[in-house]
Amino acid sequence: MKKFLTLILLLVSFLTTYAQQSNTVEMADAFRSSGKIYVVIATIVIIFIGLAIYLFSIDRRLKKIEKEK
Amino acid sequence: MKFIYQTWWKVIVVLLILSTFITGLILPVPRLAVLHETIRNLYFHVPMWMGMLSVFSISVFYSIKYLNTGKEEYDLASVECVNTGLLFYTLGLITGMMWAKYTWGEFWSGDPKQNSAAIAFLLYCAYIVLRNSIDEEQKRAKISAIYNIFAFPIMIVLIFVLPRMTDSLHPGSGGNPAFGKYDLDNGMKLAFYPAMLGWSFMAIWIATLRYRIRLIENKRNSIN
Repeated sequence: MKKFLTLILLLVSFLTTYAQQSNTVEMADAFRSSGKIYVVIATIVIIFIGLAIYLFSIDRRLKKIEKEK
Repeated sequence: MKFIYQTWWKVIVVLLILSTFITGLILPVPRLAVLHETIRNLYFHVPMWMGMLSVFSISVFYSIKYLNTGKEEYDLASVECVNTGLLFYTLGLITGMMWAKYTWGEFWSGDPKQNSAAIAFLLYCAYIVLRNSIDEEQKRAKISAIYNIFAFPIMIVLIFVLPRMTDSLHPGSGGNPAFGKYDLDNGMKLAFYPAMLGWSFMAIWIATLRYRIRLIENKRNSIN
């Protein structure tokens, strides 16, 4: 009986750790809850807007040159 | 061809990509082992390949058109598409290596996906070398157009077919978590589709800019 009980106990403990494992895939939760993720987003957005403006300005300069011809 | 001189679609492209930076980083993603938070690379790394694919296909289209008509502009369009495609190819490779370092432990682990991507990269580098090695213009245009038409399907097979048939570590092949699971997640589609669309038209935009510069250069050279 004692053996049987310990066996069940071990099995159950295995189950709980297994369940825990599947729930705790590490994600950047702290980063999200502290709100610092918005800093990253702002940085990326600023960089991309800069690149986009640069591309548009090349476009405009090209249009001018094309009109001269 | 009026399309490439218009502005409206370029504005849409920029807005689409901007929206993915916000939705792609804020919206919740499925918790998967191995991938963790890098699952968000789907919105940034994968669209690079989409951009490459769209300009490479346009380049094949213009190669075929060149062979049909013999017009020089078509040849120039196809070359500039390949040049832009190589830029996106490099970006895709570098971001992939970055990601591999933190999930597989090695920048380059000789994975089938990485190896065949490298081979296909060399295939397109050979296109540039081949082009630059021929002096006569018409011959150069014709030979490089034919090479380009053959290189494209080989690239497709190398990057998108062969790695899926073997045991690759890359998500989506060999039972590794990827697309099958994303499909269930409608939240990811909200950032993924705009990213794919936006970046492929971004590649087209850059290609058109290069093409227009090339046209002017070409005109100037032929007058002298």
